[in-house]
Amino acid sequence: MLRLAAGAFVAVALSGCASTASNPKDPFEGYNRAVFNFNDKVDTAVLKPTATAYKKVMPGFVQTGVNNFFGNLSDVWTAANQFLQGRPAEGLNDVTRVALNTTFGIAGLIDVASASGLRKHNEDFGQTLGVWGVTSGPYLILPVLGPSTVRDTVALPLDMKADPWNYKDPVHVRHIGTALHIVDQRAVLLDASNLLEEAALDRYEFIRDGFMQRRESKVQDGREDKQSNKDASSDKSSK
Amino acid sequence: MKFFKQLLAVSTLAFASASFAQAEAPDVLVKRISKEVLDVAKTDKDIQAGNQKKVIDLVEAKILPHVDFQRMTSLAAGRFWRDATPEQQQKLTAEFRQLLVFTYSGALSQVKNETIEFKPMRAAPEDTEVEVKSQVNVARGEPVQLNYRLAKAPAGWKIYDINVLGAWLVETYKGNFAAEIGKTGVDGLIKKLAERNKQLANKPMKAAK
Repeated sequence: MLRLAAGAFVAVALSGCASTASNPKDPFEGYNRAVFNFNDKVDTAVLKPTATAYKKVMPGFVQTGVNNFFGNLSDVWTAANQFLQGRPAEGLNDVTRVALNTTFGIAGLIDVASASGLRKHNEDFGQTLGVWGVTSGPYLILPVLGPSTVRDTVALPLDMKADPWNYKDPVHVRHIGTALHIVDQRAVLLDASNLLEEAALDRYEFIRDGFMQRRESKVQDGREDKQSNKDASSDKSSK
Repeated sequence: MKFFKQLLAVSTLAFASASFAQAEAPDVLVKRISKEVLDVAKTDKDIQAGNQKKVIDLVEAKILPHVDFQRMTSLAAGRFWRDATPEQQQKLTAEFRQLLVFTYSGALSQVKNETIEFKPMRAAPEDTEVEVKSQVNVARGEPVQLNYRLAKAPAGWKIYDINVLGAWLVETYKGNFAAEIGKTGVDGLIKKLAERNKQLANKPMKAAK
């Protein structure tokens, strides 16, 4: 039975690859397109309407509160990754963000840290691996979770383990929170995704190329800032 | 009379040298048009209500004169540009321009009270191509990265590429263009862009929330 299923899976995967010429920058294109379409269906059926209703119905301050709360939790892992990437200044910035927002920001509901000038960053273990020299590897779309790369997919379990909300008890509150977080994230992207519908001729390719560039630029953001600080302090840069 | 002639000569010289002297620096230019456009977008009641035509007029008046669409289109078309006829090139540029105007206007009409911060520009005075970096501070979430690539032209600096959230527009459209041209040729791409533009022209624009 298992062999049959495995064989069927391989056949489907291979058929996907055989129908389109193999794209050197997207070797998993057959598989990716299939998952892309699947994710689209889930999004159209469930996620987008929920997020649209959420955005319309929920009072603004509640949406901001939800966004801030989960943003605060993500700052914890962001800070850790800053240190892992050898950026103690940014790490300290993010640790201070968490401290300020958890106390004065009432458990993270209010983002007092941004108001006081501490910029919000976003780092995950995939980016840390990138800074350490691991190249991204091919584009890989994950079911439901969306675009990723091989490197970032490998890093994902660690990211998930490091999420403080993962340890929230009781479990039913944890699930409600997770659902709320997902809806919040989708709501934040609503305007952008609507714009994408208009701008892209082929959404799959547009998203792929845009995502890969963005991912690389997120990995590089540390190095660029370091470079500009070096340029500012020395007279001539050797670039 | 002589004095008058001298005065005229001097003032003409002064005027001429002023217009030949520094064309507006690229980061100054981008800062200025960004501010002008944002100020209007935030305060104009029609734009806040979703008046598509008004937003487009704003974009055409304030921004388009500073964009080099032909260069943008030729870069996005890549190796297919050389094989296209001048008429195809012109049509392609016109349709791509229209698509970008619609898309940009769509984004602009969503602006409520975002602010833009510019980062110091790193360029040597003799550079003819520069990158201007900025970020848009939004109400929810991290700031949105917004960078511009400009090239120096006789008429002043012109934008030929835009980076939103880390992705360069030209690079991102290259894939779309190549795929479409591969399937239906340059004419097919022009047709597809034209159809999309017709769709966007008829769609009502959403008001800023």
